[in-house]
Amino acid sequence: MKYLNKKSKKYIISILMLMFSSVFLTGCSAKEFADKFYDNIIKEQRYKYILEGLGNTFVITIFAGLIGVFLGFILAVIRVTHDKKGSFKISNLFVKLYLTIIRGTPVMVQLIIIYYVIFASVNINKMFVAVIAFGLNSAAYVAEIIRSGIMSIDIGQFEAGHSLGLKYTSVMIHIILPQALKNVLPALANEFITLLKETSISGYIGLNDLTRGGMIIRSITYEAMFPLLLVALIYLVLVVGLSSLVSRLERRLKKNER
Amino acid sequence: MKDNIILYTEHLKKAYGDEVVLDDINIEIKKGEVIAVIGPSGCGKSTFIRTLNLLEKPTGGNIYFDDICITDKKTKIYDVLPKMGMVFQQFNLFNNMTIEKNITFAPIKHKIMTEEEAKQRAKELLERVGLSDKQDAYPSQLSGGQKQRIAIARALAMNPDIILFDEPTSALDPEMVNEVLNIMKELARGGMTMVVVTHEIGFAREVASRVIFIDEKKIMEDGTPKEVLDNPKSERLKSFLDSVI
Repeated sequence: MKYLNKKSKKYIISILMLMFSSVFLTGCSAKEFADKFYDNIIKEQRYKYILEGLGNTFVITIFAGLIGVFLGFILAVIRVTHDKKGSFKISNLFVKLYLTIIRGTPVMVQLIIIYYVIFASVNINKMFVAVIAFGLNSAAYVAEIIRSGIMSIDIGQFEAGHSLGLKYTSVMIHIILPQALKNVLPALANEFITLLKETSISGYIGLNDLTRGGMIIRSITYEAMFPLLLVALIYLVLVVGLSSLVSRLERRLKKNER
Repeated sequence: MKDNIILYTEHLKKAYGDEVVLDDINIEIKKGEVIAVIGPSGCGKSTFIRTLNLLEKPTGGNIYFDDICITDKKTKIYDVLPKMGMVFQQFNLFNNMTIEKNITFAPIKHKIMTEEEAKQRAKELLERVGLSDKQDAYPSQLSGGQKQRIAIARALAMNPDIILFDEPTSALDPEMVNEVLNIMKELARGGMTMVVVTHEIGFAREVASRVIFIDEKKIMEDGTPKEVLDNPKSERLKSFLDSVI
């Protein structure tokens, strides 16, 4: 334990606690626990449901995250440019409407509408639908994060650029955005973590993600506790791991400033 | 360019909504002049200097620079602005760039210089402002006075025809004011055309070739330092000078 930092210690302790509590909740002895573990995870290679689901969860999160950052970035720049220069009037209106709708409705509703309404008549890959749905959803939140980052940059940076005869676009690309992105990197990483957890509703369109993997095992073994707690444990490990990466990132960014 | 006039305004007006800040400003600035702009706070002197390079869009009147009407919508201001430098109260160095990059970025972007030339020029300028050792530092590692000296170097890198100073020493600790003023004095001696909004009456007296007093939205007095500072005509200027000194 000596070599671990505080964060990782907390992380290991929480996992151990969850394991103990799962044993306690199932109310069984170590022998029974081992049997259940075998029935739910090992037997007939049931762990494959979990692994396949975990893979899909990863793929959805990563690609939706990429779409979210890319699209969110564009939306943010449109909003800011409108606020600062008065251009993009129509686009800004659409962006505002988009943000209102996406942020005003549950992501689950958006997912099932995209699958059952928009892509109803075509036979389409569920993974593709999930990536699109979560990507579009995430973009709205990313847009607001990046916009707040740009707004936090001192107006003097724009003015100095103007005074040197630099065009708005090149001030934005070379001066404002690098500073803004650095400021919001931790917030973006947190959005990515949220996205990872949100993908757990992919089962609603019949997609085998991590959560649904647990549910499938449950339906085979009639044992809810074991597979579902395992699923929770995997999410927890991922999120805590990512969070500790984020805080490490934050610390490093702070160090660079001084 | 008639009579060596590099920049002039015609009936320049600036208002924020209904509130008029500057009204009917007519001024001619000749090459090589060092103009100190003084006035009580809130009188519009900062707004005045900021309208000259269109950081504030004038609501009326025209500004001519090098005989080009820069308030004309057809004028490509980004071709004109590089010739007008500006130094800000808050320095406004680009925080994400090293000192060298701060100085070389705009000249390279405008293709005024190649990267090699720009770096060479930055080296010379850093020597001139006495900060040769800081070329790889970031703005956050410098003191206020050092930042302002870099900001002056950055403006000089564009080889401007005129430099506008918006209260360049107001945000500095007292012991750093002189290091910046000294560089400005040197610039003035070198024949640079300068417009300086300042509270440093001593600086205005010593360096400026002309002093302008702005109050009540207008240029109230305009003349040599002797005329304006030593023989103020208006009561407003008298009471202003009394309160400053």
